[in-house]
Amino acid sequence: MAKAHVYKRDHINTDEIIPARYLNTDDVDELAKHCMEDLDAEFAGKCSHGDVIVAGDDFGCGSSREHAVWALQGAKVGAVIAQSFARIFYRNAINCGFYVIELEDAVNKIADGDEIEIDYAAGVIKNKTAGKDINFTPLPDFALEIIRDGGLLEHIKKNR
Amino acid sequence: MAMTITQKILARAAGKEKVVPGELINAAIDVVMCHDVTTPPAISMLKAHGIDKVFDPEKIIVTPDHFQPAKDIKSAELHKRLDDWAKEKGIKYYYPVGRAGVCHALLPEQGHIRPGEVIVGGDSHTCTYGAFAAFSTGIGSTDLAAAIATGQLWFKVPASMKIVLKGSIPAGVYSKDVILAVIKETGVDGALYKAMEFVGPALKNMSAEARMTITNMAIEAGGKNGIIGFDKTTKKYLDEHLKGDAEYTVYESDADAEYESVVEIDCSRLEPIVALPHLPSNGKPISQCAGIKMEQAYIGSCTNGRIEDLRIAAGILKGRKVAIRTIVVPATPAIWKQAMDEGLFEIFYEAGCVISAPTCGACLGGFMGILAEGQKCVSTTNRNFVGRMGHPRSEVYLVSPATAAASAVEGKITDPRTYIV
Repeated sequence: MAKAHVYKRDHINTDEIIPARYLNTDDVDELAKHCMEDLDAEFAGKCSHGDVIVAGDDFGCGSSREHAVWALQGAKVGAVIAQSFARIFYRNAINCGFYVIELEDAVNKIADGDEIEIDYAAGVIKNKTAGKDINFTPLPDFALEIIRDGGLLEHIKKNR
Repeated sequence: MAMTITQKILARAAGKEKVVPGELINAAIDVVMCHDVTTPPAISMLKAHGIDKVFDPEKIIVTPDHFQPAKDIKSAELHKRLDDWAKEKGIKYYYPVGRAGVCHALLPEQGHIRPGEVIVGGDSHTCTYGAFAAFSTGIGSTDLAAAIATGQLWFKVPASMKIVLKGSIPAGVYSKDVILAVIKETGVDGALYKAMEFVGPALKNMSAEARMTITNMAIEAGGKNGIIGFDKTTKKYLDEHLKGDAEYTVYESDADAEYESVVEIDCSRLEPIVALPHLPSNGKPISQCAGIKMEQAYIGSCTNGRIEDLRIAAGILKGRKVAIRTIVVPATPAIWKQAMDEGLFEIFYEAGCVISAPTCGACLGGFMGILAEGQKCVSTTNRNFVGRMGHPRSEVYLVSPATAAASAVEGKITDPRTYIV
């Protein structure tokens, strides 16, 4: 079961997700240690396998650094649910095989610490804590396939 | 069917008569920009997937810039991976340390940007090149790997937003103030997924360098690309910078092209703007925020590290002393030499500034001017996010080179118009 970490913030940017002072490496384990550090220094310690980040508008704005996605993946984040995403981050996430869910008013539908389960293809978030289902528009099939294959390059290789 | 300049360039790149906003296309890429942070991972991905070839060693432009010269062992390793690969692949336009510069100043200066082309780069400020009537956008490492290998990428054709820059810009106000005013209006995601097309009389007297400051910050409004149409200023810059293959195609928006929205800025009424922490959209007229005490001034970056910017700063610093530590970072080796030849270094030295080698440096909190806890920096860069230039509890105030120089002299946010006679 995934736990939700809710940040009632818009424009959570790539400098907060992985500060540039750590961009001198692309080692995922190293990046993971500093995931979300400038927003919540405790994050890497409290995130368990498959946990989900919930945020407001424009998540991932700023730099094109894919390191932001790798840091989240390295920290074992299962998905980010946000009201909206910045363009480059969104594309990078799919390219890396990382789930991103657009959900209107996400921060008010899921509370910090809620236990949730996500059916990505059906577009349903089961909020076990609140005892209710939340519907979202699933990613298009081609994006889901890329994610299931583990990213764009793996997807291309598989379908070559 | 009427099209915008962005649609026309993408249609050409996709081999189509027309494209419409929202349409998915596969576009041929004319130039791929590679630097030291996002390219080494792309190289590793290509190797891991057994992809050996690059689509065209003459169309991939490579320079280390973020941490150049290498700031520590880890960044030295990144540079080594970039250097080994560039040599192995026979990259024709590789600018190693000594010729390396801040990519978005370097590529136009070295003649790699042509109107009508599609340019991608592993850096969000790749949108800068739109100042030359080109389509240009930032991508991550996976897309970069795909572009390097195939010379193609898929895009969703963006809807266009027309930004009309009306009037003429008053003395002491610069293109940086204009773009900060635009972002204040749109917000940091007001142009999300959109092409930002800049038009209007205020552009007419703006140099190509000043226009680059405008398109550079399109990403700070969430834009996919920023673009400015071709005119005699564009032509003059290209005549001076393009190398042998100087042919290009000029596209312009049809008079009846569709825009999703229109934003109008009356530049005649602008005063210098300061974007307060921690968003580029947090712009305030300087009359409302003058006097905030600073610990550092930073003059440089892909936004404002070109010769014109250094001249503006030097014009204010001449014969004066700085009250706070002031770091001047010419964006490329050619700018560095020109600044030295013109006597600007003399002015910066006498004023008490430090002059750095070309690098992205402290703009993104890399090195060469990192902030301690609680420190404030008045900076000509493009982002003032939390922790951007150092400690998470440091602050960045985004301004023009003139405001940075005037603030350096007084040690606090200062209206540069009092220094311009």
